[in-house]
Amino acid sequence: MSTSTSSALEPIPSGRAAQNVAFSVRLKAARFTYAANVLFERLDFELQGGMLTCLLGPSGVGKSTLLRMLAGLTLDCTAHDIQCSDGKPLGGRVAYMDQRDLLLPWLSVLENVTLGARLRGEPRDRERAQSLLLRVGLAGQENEPPASLSGGMRQRVALARTLMEDRPVVLMDEPFSALDALTRFKLQNLAAELLRGRTVLLVTHDPIEALRLGERIHVMSGQPAEIDEALCPWGTTPRDPATLHRQPLHAELMRRLGLDRAHDR
Amino acid sequence: MIGRYRPVFLRWTLVSAAFIGVWQGIVTLSGTPPYILPPPWLVAVTWVANSAILFDHFLVTLTEIVLGLVLGAMLGIASAVLIGQFRSARRWLLPVLVASQAIPVFALAPVLVLWLGYGMMSKVAMATLIIFFPVSAAFLDGLRRTERGWLDLAHTMTELPGNASTSWGARRRWSVLVHVQIPGASPALASGLRVATAIAPIGAIVGEWVGSSAGLGYLMLHANARMQVDLMFAALVTLAVFSVLLWFAVDAALRRAIPWQSDSFNHPEGRPT
Repeated sequence: MSTSTSSALEPIPSGRAAQNVAFSVRLKAARFTYAANVLFERLDFELQGGMLTCLLGPSGVGKSTLLRMLAGLTLDCTAHDIQCSDGKPLGGRVAYMDQRDLLLPWLSVLENVTLGARLRGEPRDRERAQSLLLRVGLAGQENEPPASLSGGMRQRVALARTLMEDRPVVLMDEPFSALDALTRFKLQNLAAELLRGRTVLLVTHDPIEALRLGERIHVMSGQPAEIDEALCPWGTTPRDPATLHRQPLHAELMRRLGLDRAHDR
Repeated sequence: MIGRYRPVFLRWTLVSAAFIGVWQGIVTLSGTPPYILPPPWLVAVTWVANSAILFDHFLVTLTEIVLGLVLGAMLGIASAVLIGQFRSARRWLLPVLVASQAIPVFALAPVLVLWLGYGMMSKVAMATLIIFFPVSAAFLDGLRRTERGWLDLAHTMTELPGNASTSWGARRRWSVLVHVQIPGASPALASGLRVATAIAPIGAIVGEWVGSSAGLGYLMLHANARMQVDLMFAALVTLAVFSVLLWFAVDAALRRAIPWQSDSFNHPEGRPT
Protein backbone atom coordinates (compact mmCIF):
# COMPACT_ATOMS: atom_id res chain seq x y z
CA MET A 1 0.00 0.00 0.00
CA SER A 2 2.77 2.43 0.78
CA THR A 3 5.99 3.01 -1.06
CA SER A 4 7.92 2.59 2.15
CA THR A 5 7.03 -1.04 2.82
CA SER A 6 9.44 -2.31 0.19
CA SER A 7 12.31 -0.43 1.76
CA ALA A 8 11.32 -0.98 5.41
CA LEU A 9 14.15 -3.46 5.87
CA GLU A 10 16.79 -0.93 4.94
CA PRO A 11 18.45 0.74 7.91
CA ILE A 12 17.49 4.39 8.24
CA PRO A 13 20.51 6.34 7.06
CA SER A 14 21.43 8.49 9.99
CA GLY A 15 24.17 10.89 10.89
CA ARG A 16 25.07 13.03 13.86
CA ALA A 17 21.61 14.34 14.77
CA ALA A 18 20.08 10.90 15.30
CA GLN A 19 22.51 10.25 18.09
CA ASN A 20 21.71 13.53 19.79
CA VAL A 21 19.09 13.55 22.48
CA ALA A 22 16.02 15.29 21.10
CA PHE A 23 15.38 18.67 22.70
CA SER A 24 12.24 20.76 22.99
CA VAL A 25 11.90 24.16 21.38
CA ARG A 26 9.97 27.00 22.98
CA LEU A 27 8.88 30.07 21.08
CA LYS A 28 8.02 32.82 23.56
CA ALA A 29 6.29 36.18 23.25
CA ALA A 30 6.09 35.97 19.49
CA ARG A 31 4.68 39.03 17.82
CA PHE A 32 3.85 39.72 14.20
CA THR A 33 2.19 42.75 12.68
CA TYR A 34 1.37 43.23 9.04
CA ALA A 35 0.16 46.58 7.67
CA ALA A 36 -1.14 47.77 11.06
CA ASN A 37 -2.86 44.41 11.69
CA VAL A 38 -1.64 42.53 14.71
CA LEU A 39 -1.72 38.91 13.56
CA PHE A 40 -0.47 37.72 16.91
CA GLU A 41 1.35 38.97 19.97
CA ARG A 42 2.53 37.45 23.24
CA LEU A 43 2.11 34.08 21.58
CA ASP A 44 3.79 31.06 23.19
CA PHE A 45 4.33 27.77 21.43
CA GLU A 46 6.29 24.65 22.24
CA LEU A 47 7.64 21.81 20.14
CA GLN A 48 8.13 18.72 22.30
CA GLY A 49 11.45 17.02 21.74
CA GLY A 50 11.36 14.00 19.44
CA MET A 51 7.73 14.48 18.55
CA LEU A 52 5.86 15.44 15.43
CA THR A 53 3.72 18.49 16.18
CA CYS A 54 1.04 19.54 13.72
CA LEU A 55 -0.17 23.12 13.54
CA LEU A 56 -3.59 23.59 11.96
CA GLY A 57 -5.58 26.72 11.32
CA PRO A 58 -7.31 28.83 8.71
CA SER A 59 -5.15 30.36 5.99
CA GLY A 60 -3.75 33.78 6.79
CA VAL A 61 -3.77 33.19 10.53
CA GLY A 62 0.05 33.27 10.72
CA LYS A 63 1.00 29.58 10.81
CA SER A 64 3.68 29.96 8.16
CA THR A 65 5.04 33.09 9.84
CA LEU A 66 5.38 31.15 13.09
CA LEU A 67 7.30 28.42 11.25
CA ARG A 68 9.50 30.99 9.55
CA MET A 69 10.31 32.52 12.94
CA LEU A 70 11.59 29.15 14.11
CA ALA A 71 13.55 28.77 10.86
CA GLY A 72 15.17 32.18 11.37
CA LEU A 73 13.64 33.51 8.17
CA THR A 74 11.64 36.48 9.46
CA LEU A 75 12.59 40.12 9.22
CA ASP A 76 11.93 43.35 11.06
CA CYS A 77 8.16 43.27 11.65
CA THR A 78 8.46 40.42 14.14
CA ALA A 79 9.69 39.89 17.65
CA HIS A 80 10.22 36.64 19.42
CA ASP A 81 12.39 34.67 21.75
CA ILE A 82 13.40 31.07 21.08
CA GLN A 83 14.70 28.75 23.78
CA CYS A 84 15.84 25.16 23.44
CA SER A 85 15.64 22.77 26.37
CA ASP A 86 19.34 21.92 26.01
CA GLY A 87 20.23 25.58 26.47
CA LYS A 88 21.91 25.97 23.08
CA PRO A 89 20.65 28.28 20.33
CA LEU A 90 18.33 26.82 17.69
CA GLY A 91 20.14 28.45 14.76
CA GLY A 92 21.87 25.94 12.52
CA ARG A 93 19.97 22.97 13.90
CA VAL A 94 16.92 23.32 11.65
CA ALA A 95 16.01 21.76 8.32
CA TYR A 96 13.31 23.49 6.28
CA MET A 97 10.87 22.03 3.76
CA ASP A 98 8.41 24.10 1.77
CA GLN A 99 5.16 23.38 -0.04
CA ARG A 100 7.09 23.90 -3.26
CA ASP A 101 9.95 21.47 -3.87
CA LEU A 102 12.44 24.34 -4.47
CA LEU A 103 14.73 22.06 -6.46
CA LEU A 104 17.44 23.93 -8.33
CA PRO A 105 16.74 23.19 -12.01
CA TRP A 106 20.40 23.28 -13.06
CA LEU A 107 21.44 20.55 -10.61
CA SER A 108 20.77 16.83 -10.89
CA VAL A 109 18.59 14.98 -8.39
CA LEU A 110 21.64 13.81 -6.42
CA GLU A 111 23.21 17.28 -6.47
CA ASN A 112 19.95 18.74 -5.18
CA VAL A 113 19.88 16.25 -2.32
CA THR A 114 23.44 17.19 -1.36
CA LEU A 115 22.88 20.94 -1.82
CA GLY A 116 23.52 21.70 1.86
CA ALA A 117 27.03 20.25 1.78
CA ARG A 118 27.74 22.09 -1.46
CA LEU A 119 26.68 25.42 0.10
CA ARG A 120 28.71 24.81 3.24
CA GLY A 121 31.76 23.69 1.28
CA GLU A 122 31.71 20.29 2.95
CA PRO A 123 32.48 17.00 1.22
CA ARG A 124 29.33 15.42 -0.14
CA ASP A 125 28.23 12.13 1.37
CA ARG A 126 27.21 10.43 -1.85
CA GLU A 127 26.43 7.12 -0.23
CA ARG A 128 24.03 8.58 2.30
CA ALA A 129 22.32 10.62 -0.40
CA GLN A 130 21.91 7.51 -2.51
CA SER A 131 20.50 5.47 0.36
CA LEU A 132 18.03 8.30 1.10
CA LEU A 133 16.99 8.38 -2.54
CA LEU A 134 16.49 4.63 -2.33
CA ARG A 135 14.28 5.13 0.72
CA VAL A 136 12.08 7.67 -1.04
CA GLY A 137 11.83 5.34 -4.03
CA LEU A 138 14.01 7.26 -6.45
CA ALA A 139 16.98 4.93 -6.86
CA GLY A 140 18.34 5.14 -10.38
CA GLN A 141 17.16 8.74 -10.87
CA GLU A 142 20.29 10.31 -9.34
CA ASN A 143 21.50 11.98 -12.50
CA GLU A 144 18.15 13.12 -13.83
CA PRO A 145 17.37 16.84 -14.00
CA PRO A 146 14.42 17.86 -11.78
CA ALA A 147 12.44 18.93 -14.85
CA SER A 148 12.11 15.28 -15.92
CA LEU A 149 10.36 14.29 -12.66
CA SER A 150 6.68 14.40 -11.74
CA GLY A 151 5.41 16.65 -8.94
CA GLY A 152 5.29 13.77 -6.47
CA MET A 153 8.80 12.63 -7.36
CA ARG A 154 10.12 16.16 -7.01
CA GLN A 155 8.61 16.48 -3.54
CA ARG A 156 10.19 13.14 -2.62
CA VAL A 157 13.57 14.56 -3.69
CA ALA A 158 12.81 17.55 -1.46
CA LEU A 159 12.07 15.18 1.44
CA ALA A 160 15.37 13.37 0.83
CA ARG A 161 17.17 16.73 0.75
CA THR A 162 15.52 17.71 4.06
CA LEU A 163 16.60 14.44 5.69
CA MET A 164 20.07 14.73 4.16
CA GLU A 165 20.55 17.84 6.27
CA ASP A 166 20.31 15.57 9.31
CA ARG A 167 19.23 18.36 11.62
CA PRO A 168 17.46 17.54 14.90
CA VAL A 169 14.57 19.92 14.18
CA VAL A 170 12.58 19.71 10.95
CA LEU A 171 10.16 22.48 9.98
CA MET A 172 7.68 21.64 7.21
CA ASP A 173 5.33 24.22 5.72
CA GLU A 174 2.40 22.35 4.10
CA PRO A 175 4.88 19.98 2.48
CA PHE A 176 2.31 17.72 0.79
CA SER A 177 -0.53 20.10 0.05
CA ALA A 178 0.31 20.55 -3.63
CA LEU A 179 0.16 16.80 -4.33
CA ASP A 180 -2.66 14.55 -5.48
CA ALA A 181 -4.41 12.43 -2.82
CA LEU A 182 -2.61 9.15 -3.50
CA THR A 183 0.86 10.69 -3.77
CA ARG A 184 0.16 12.68 -0.61
CA PHE A 185 -0.85 9.50 1.23
CA LYS A 186 2.35 7.73 0.23
CA LEU A 187 4.54 10.66 1.13
CA GLN A 188 2.85 11.00 4.53
CA ASN A 189 3.74 7.37 5.27
CA LEU A 190 7.29 7.95 4.17
CA ALA A 191 7.65 11.14 6.19
CA ALA A 192 6.19 9.58 9.35
CA GLU A 193 8.67 6.75 9.12
CA LEU A 194 11.75 8.77 8.20
CA LEU A 195 11.15 11.64 10.61
CA ARG A 196 10.56 9.45 13.66
CA GLY A 197 12.63 10.59 16.61
CA ARG A 198 13.18 14.10 15.35
CA THR A 199 11.48 17.22 16.63
CA VAL A 200 9.14 18.13 13.81
CA LEU A 201 6.74 20.99 13.17
CA LEU A 202 4.29 20.26 10.37
CA VAL A 203 2.12 23.19 9.35
CA THR A 204 -0.94 21.99 7.47
CA HIS A 205 -4.48 23.01 6.58
CA ASP A 206 -5.63 19.38 6.36
CA PRO A 207 -7.13 17.91 9.60
CA ILE A 208 -6.86 14.38 8.16
CA GLU A 209 -3.14 14.87 7.60
CA ALA A 210 -2.78 16.15 11.16
CA LEU A 211 -4.66 13.14 12.55
CA ARG A 212 -2.59 10.70 10.47
CA LEU A 213 0.82 12.15 11.33
CA GLY A 214 0.51 14.29 14.44
CA GLU A 215 1.67 13.15 17.84
CA ARG A 216 0.59 16.54 19.11
CA ILE A 217 -1.96 18.66 17.26
CA HIS A 218 -2.48 22.38 17.84
CA VAL A 219 -5.06 24.69 16.32
CA MET A 220 -4.16 28.31 15.71
CA SER A 221 -7.05 30.73 15.24
CA GLY A 222 -8.41 34.21 15.86
CA GLN A 223 -6.95 37.66 15.53
CA PRO A 224 -4.72 38.26 17.33
CA ALA A 225 -4.18 34.53 16.92
CA GLU A 226 -3.96 32.12 19.80
CA ILE A 227 -2.84 28.51 19.94
CA ASP A 228 -4.83 26.05 22.04
CA GLU A 229 -3.68 23.12 24.15
CA ALA A 230 -2.30 20.14 22.22
CA LEU A 231 -4.52 17.23 21.25
CA CYS A 232 -2.63 13.95 21.41
CA PRO A 233 -4.23 11.20 19.28
CA TRP A 234 -3.75 7.50 20.00
CA GLY A 235 -1.57 5.03 18.26
CA THR A 236 1.60 5.14 16.26
CA THR A 237 1.90 7.20 13.11
CA PRO A 238 1.14 7.01 10.23
CA ARG A 239 -2.38 6.15 11.36
CA ASP A 240 -4.81 4.29 9.13
CA PRO A 241 -7.16 6.84 7.54
CA ALA A 242 -10.06 4.38 7.85
CA THR A 243 -9.90 4.55 11.67
CA LEU A 244 -9.35 8.29 12.07
CA HIS A 245 -12.99 9.11 12.70
CA ARG A 246 -12.98 6.67 15.64
CA GLN A 247 -10.31 8.75 17.35
CA PRO A 248 -11.96 10.36 20.37
CA LEU A 249 -10.17 13.54 19.41
CA HIS A 250 -11.57 13.64 15.91
CA ALA A 251 -14.78 15.39 16.93
CA GLU A 252 -12.91 17.73 19.24
CA LEU A 253 -10.46 18.72 16.48
CA MET A 254 -13.31 19.35 14.05
CA ARG A 255 -15.01 21.47 16.70
CA ARG A 256 -11.87 23.54 17.28
CA LEU A 257 -11.51 24.10 13.55
CA GLY A 258 -15.18 25.11 13.32
CA LEU A 259 -15.81 22.28 10.88
CA ASP A 260 -18.63 20.77 13.01
CA ARG A 261 -20.82 23.73 12.13
CA ALA A 262 -19.91 23.82 8.47
CA HIS A 263 -23.17 22.22 7.33
CA ASP A 264 -25.24 24.85 9.16
CA ARG A 265 -24.09 27.64 6.92
CA MET B 1 20.77 16.34 -38.27
CA ILE B 2 21.17 17.77 -41.75
CA GLY B 3 17.48 17.26 -42.38
CA ARG B 4 16.70 19.56 -39.47
CA TYR B 5 18.82 22.37 -40.89
CA ARG B 6 17.74 22.09 -44.51
CA PRO B 7 14.61 24.25 -44.09
CA VAL B 8 16.75 26.88 -42.37
CA PHE B 9 19.12 27.02 -45.33
CA LEU B 10 16.19 27.11 -47.72
CA ARG B 11 14.64 29.97 -45.77
CA TRP B 12 17.86 31.95 -45.72
CA THR B 13 18.34 31.40 -49.44
CA LEU B 14 14.79 32.60 -50.12
CA VAL B 15 15.14 35.68 -47.90
CA SER B 16 18.46 36.56 -49.50
CA ALA B 17 17.06 36.00 -53.00
CA ALA B 18 14.04 38.21 -52.25
CA PHE B 19 16.29 40.94 -50.85
CA ILE B 20 18.57 40.82 -53.90
CA GLY B 21 15.54 40.79 -56.20
CA VAL B 22 14.08 43.95 -54.62
CA TRP B 23 17.48 45.60 -54.71
CA GLN B 24 17.92 44.77 -58.42
CA GLY B 25 14.36 45.91 -59.11
CA ILE B 26 14.97 49.33 -57.56
CA VAL B 27 18.18 49.77 -59.57
CA THR B 28 16.51 48.72 -62.83
CA LEU B 29 13.29 50.68 -62.38
CA SER B 30 14.79 53.91 -61.09
CA GLY B 31 17.79 53.84 -63.41
CA THR B 32 20.08 54.89 -60.55
CA PRO B 33 23.71 55.03 -61.71
CA PRO B 34 26.01 52.39 -60.15
CA TYR B 35 28.09 55.03 -58.30
CA ILE B 36 24.94 55.92 -56.29
CA LEU B 37 23.39 52.46 -55.87
CA PRO B 38 25.38 49.60 -57.39
CA PRO B 39 23.39 46.58 -58.61
CA PRO B 40 23.81 43.31 -56.68
CA TRP B 41 25.88 41.56 -59.33
CA LEU B 42 28.40 44.44 -59.37
CA VAL B 43 28.72 44.18 -55.57
CA ALA B 44 29.20 40.42 -55.94
CA VAL B 45 31.90 40.89 -58.58
CA THR B 46 33.62 43.55 -56.45
CA TRP B 47 33.35 41.30 -53.39
CA VAL B 48 35.12 38.46 -55.22
CA ALA B 49 37.73 40.75 -56.76
CA ASN B 50 38.52 42.37 -53.41
CA SER B 51 38.01 39.35 -51.17
CA ALA B 52 41.60 39.44 -49.90
CA ILE B 53 41.33 43.09 -48.84
CA LEU B 54 37.86 42.54 -47.39
CA PHE B 55 39.11 39.56 -45.40
CA ASP B 56 42.03 41.49 -43.92
CA HIS B 57 39.79 44.33 -42.80
CA PHE B 58 37.13 41.90 -41.63
CA LEU B 59 39.69 40.20 -39.36
CA VAL B 60 40.44 43.54 -37.71
CA THR B 61 36.74 44.30 -37.09
CA LEU B 62 36.13 40.73 -35.94
CA THR B 63 38.91 41.02 -33.37
CA GLU B 64 37.52 44.32 -32.12
CA ILE B 65 34.00 42.91 -31.80
CA VAL B 66 35.06 39.71 -30.07
CA LEU B 67 37.42 41.51 -27.66
CA GLY B 68 34.70 44.09 -26.97
CA LEU B 69 32.19 41.35 -26.31
CA VAL B 70 34.48 39.48 -23.93
CA LEU B 71 35.57 42.61 -22.04
CA GLY B 72 32.08 44.12 -22.04
CA ALA B 73 30.50 40.91 -20.78
CA MET B 74 33.12 40.55 -18.04
CA LEU B 75 32.71 44.17 -16.95
CA GLY B 76 28.91 43.87 -17.10
CA ILE B 77 28.88 40.70 -15.03
CA ALA B 78 31.30 42.14 -12.47
CA SER B 79 29.38 45.40 -12.07
CA ALA B 80 26.05 43.57 -11.75
CA VAL B 81 27.47 41.32 -9.01
CA LEU B 82 28.99 44.30 -7.19
CA ILE B 83 25.79 46.34 -7.41
CA GLY B 84 23.74 43.33 -6.39
CA GLN B 85 25.91 42.52 -3.38
CA PHE B 86 26.89 45.86 -1.89
CA ARG B 87 24.60 48.72 -1.06
CA SER B 88 27.48 51.19 -1.41
CA ALA B 89 28.20 49.87 -4.91
CA ARG B 90 24.54 50.38 -5.76
CA ARG B 91 24.76 54.00 -4.60
CA TRP B 92 28.00 54.87 -6.36
CA LEU B 93 28.19 52.59 -9.36
CA LEU B 94 24.60 52.66 -10.63
CA PRO B 95 24.62 56.39 -11.54
CA VAL B 96 27.94 55.89 -13.34
CA LEU B 97 26.45 52.97 -15.21
CA VAL B 98 23.42 54.93 -16.35
CA ALA B 99 25.50 58.02 -17.21
CA SER B 100 27.77 55.89 -19.39
CA GLN B 101 24.74 55.14 -21.55
CA ALA B 102 23.34 58.67 -21.54
CA ILE B 103 26.41 59.94 -23.39
CA PRO B 104 26.15 58.91 -27.06
CA VAL B 105 29.01 56.70 -28.21
CA PHE B 106 29.27 58.91 -31.28
CA ALA B 107 30.14 61.87 -29.05
CA LEU B 108 32.64 59.86 -27.07
CA ALA B 109 34.34 58.23 -30.06
CA PRO B 110 36.65 61.12 -31.01
CA VAL B 111 37.86 61.43 -27.42
CA LEU B 112 38.53 57.73 -27.15
CA VAL B 113 40.48 57.80 -30.41
CA LEU B 114 42.44 60.78 -29.07
CA TRP B 115 43.25 58.96 -25.83
CA LEU B 116 43.74 55.42 -27.06
CA GLY B 117 45.00 56.09 -30.57
CA TYR B 118 44.07 55.08 -34.09
CA GLY B 119 44.71 51.44 -33.35
CA MET B 120 42.50 48.67 -32.11
CA MET B 121 42.27 49.75 -28.46
CA SER B 122 39.93 52.70 -29.03
CA LYS B 123 37.51 50.48 -30.99
CA VAL B 124 37.60 47.74 -28.38
CA ALA B 125 36.91 50.38 -25.72
CA MET B 126 33.96 51.66 -27.74
CA ALA B 127 32.49 48.19 -28.23
CA THR B 128 33.04 47.39 -24.54
CA LEU B 129 31.25 50.57 -23.53
CA ILE B 130 28.24 49.78 -25.67
CA ILE B 131 28.11 46.11 -24.67
CA PHE B 132 28.51 46.20 -20.92
CA PHE B 133 25.29 48.05 -20.15
CA PRO B 134 22.73 45.55 -21.52
CA VAL B 135 24.74 42.72 -19.95
CA SER B 136 24.92 44.46 -16.59
CA ALA B 137 21.28 45.59 -16.56
CA ALA B 138 19.90 42.19 -17.53
CA PHE B 139 22.12 40.26 -15.11
CA LEU B 140 21.36 42.63 -12.24
CA ASP B 141 17.67 42.15 -12.91
CA GLY B 142 18.14 38.38 -12.80
CA LEU B 143 20.13 38.53 -9.56
CA ARG B 144 17.46 40.71 -8.00
CA ARG B 145 14.70 38.25 -8.88
CA THR B 146 16.23 35.13 -7.31
CA GLU B 147 13.46 32.78 -6.19
CA ARG B 148 12.89 33.65 -2.53
CA GLY B 149 12.25 30.03 -1.61
CA TRP B 150 15.75 29.11 -2.83
CA LEU B 151 17.19 31.80 -0.59
CA ASP B 152 15.12 30.58 2.39
CA LEU B 153 16.44 27.09 1.82
CA ALA B 154 20.02 28.28 1.37
CA HIS B 155 19.70 30.40 4.52
CA THR B 156 18.71 27.48 6.75
CA MET B 157 21.30 25.22 5.11
CA THR B 158 24.19 27.64 5.60
CA GLU B 159 23.38 28.54 9.19
CA LEU B 160 25.80 26.66 11.39
CA PRO B 161 25.09 25.55 14.94
CA GLY B 162 26.63 27.39 17.86
CA ASN B 163 28.99 30.28 17.43
CA ALA B 164 30.43 29.58 14.02
CA SER B 165 33.66 31.32 13.08
CA THR B 166 33.19 34.97 12.20
CA SER B 167 34.65 34.49 8.74
CA TRP B 168 31.75 32.19 7.85
CA GLY B 169 29.38 35.14 7.37
CA ALA B 170 31.21 36.43 4.30
CA ARG B 171 31.95 32.97 2.92
CA ARG B 172 28.30 32.00 3.38
CA ARG B 173 27.16 34.97 1.33
CA TRP B 174 29.66 34.17 -1.37
CA SER B 175 28.59 30.54 -1.41
CA VAL B 176 24.89 31.38 -1.84
CA LEU B 177 25.83 33.87 -4.56
CA VAL B 178 27.92 31.34 -6.49
CA HIS B 179 25.71 28.28 -6.04
CA VAL B 180 22.21 29.79 -6.10
CA GLN B 181 21.94 33.40 -7.22
CA ILE B 182 24.34 33.45 -10.16
CA PRO B 183 23.14 30.20 -11.76
CA GLY B 184 19.57 31.28 -11.11
CA ALA B 185 20.19 34.57 -12.90
CA SER B 186 21.97 32.98 -15.86
CA PRO B 187 18.89 33.00 -18.16
CA ALA B 188 18.63 36.77 -17.59
CA LEU B 189 22.36 37.11 -18.26
CA ALA B 190 21.86 35.18 -21.50
CA SER B 191 19.20 37.71 -22.59
CA GLY B 192 21.66 40.54 -21.95
CA LEU B 193 24.39 38.75 -23.89
CA ARG B 194 22.06 38.27 -26.87
CA VAL B 195 21.29 42.00 -26.99
CA ALA B 196 24.99 42.77 -26.54
CA THR B 197 25.93 40.50 -29.44
CA ALA B 198 23.43 42.20 -31.73
CA ILE B 199 24.72 45.70 -30.99
CA ALA B 200 28.42 44.84 -30.62
CA PRO B 201 29.33 45.73 -34.25
CA ILE B 202 28.00 49.28 -33.76
CA GLY B 203 30.75 50.14 -31.28
CA ALA B 204 33.51 48.80 -33.47
CA ILE B 205 32.24 50.40 -36.70
CA VAL B 206 31.62 53.81 -35.12
CA GLY B 207 35.12 53.74 -33.74
CA GLU B 208 36.55 52.90 -37.14
CA TRP B 209 34.61 55.72 -38.77
CA VAL B 210 35.97 58.32 -36.41
CA GLY B 211 39.57 57.41 -36.89
CA SER B 212 41.35 54.25 -37.93
CA SER B 213 43.66 52.69 -40.46
CA ALA B 214 41.99 49.28 -40.74
CA GLY B 215 38.68 47.48 -40.37
CA LEU B 216 35.44 47.21 -42.34
CA GLY B 217 34.30 50.64 -41.09
CA TYR B 218 37.54 52.19 -42.30
CA LEU B 219 37.16 50.39 -45.63
CA MET B 220 33.58 51.69 -46.02
CA LEU B 221 34.58 55.28 -45.30
CA HIS B 222 37.61 55.01 -47.58
CA ALA B 223 35.59 53.48 -50.43
CA ASN B 224 32.84 56.04 -50.02
CA ALA B 225 35.31 58.91 -50.31
CA ARG B 226 36.70 57.45 -53.52
CA MET B 227 33.24 56.89 -55.00
CA GLN B 228 33.78 53.11 -54.82
CA VAL B 229 30.24 52.55 -53.64
CA ASP B 230 30.32 48.92 -54.82
CA LEU B 231 33.23 48.21 -52.47
CA MET B 232 31.40 49.97 -49.65
CA PHE B 233 28.41 47.73 -50.24
CA ALA B 234 30.64 44.67 -50.33
CA ALA B 235 31.98 45.62 -46.88
CA LEU B 236 28.45 46.26 -45.63
CA VAL B 237 27.25 42.85 -46.83
CA THR B 238 30.23 41.19 -45.17
CA LEU B 239 29.42 42.91 -41.88
CA ALA B 240 25.71 42.06 -42.07
CA VAL B 241 26.28 38.39 -42.84
CA PHE B 242 28.87 38.11 -40.10
CA SER B 243 26.58 39.80 -37.53
CA VAL B 244 23.76 37.39 -38.28
CA LEU B 245 26.07 34.37 -38.01
CA LEU B 246 27.60 35.67 -34.78
CA TRP B 247 24.17 36.19 -33.20
CA PHE B 248 22.96 32.71 -34.06
CA ALA B 249 26.23 31.17 -32.83
CA VAL B 250 25.98 33.00 -29.50
CA ASP B 251 22.28 32.12 -29.19
CA ALA B 252 23.01 28.44 -29.81
CA ALA B 253 25.91 28.46 -27.33
CA LEU B 254 23.75 30.08 -24.65
CA ARG B 255 20.98 27.55 -25.16
CA ARG B 256 23.49 24.76 -24.82
CA ALA B 257 24.97 26.31 -21.68
CA ILE B 258 21.56 26.68 -19.99
CA PRO B 259 19.65 23.55 -21.03
CA TRP B 260 17.38 23.73 -17.97
CA GLN B 261 15.89 27.07 -18.91
CA SER B 262 12.22 26.62 -19.74
CA ASP B 263 11.32 27.64 -23.26
CA SER B 264 7.63 28.31 -23.83
CA PHE B 265 8.24 28.18 -27.59
CA ASN B 266 8.42 24.43 -27.05
CA HIS B 267 4.94 24.43 -25.55
CA PRO B 268 1.83 24.03 -27.71
CA GLU B 269 0.25 27.06 -26.07
CA GLY B 270 3.33 29.26 -26.23
CA ARG B 271 4.49 28.17 -29.67
CA PRO B 272 4.47 31.09 -32.08
CA THR B 273 1.80 30.66 -34.76
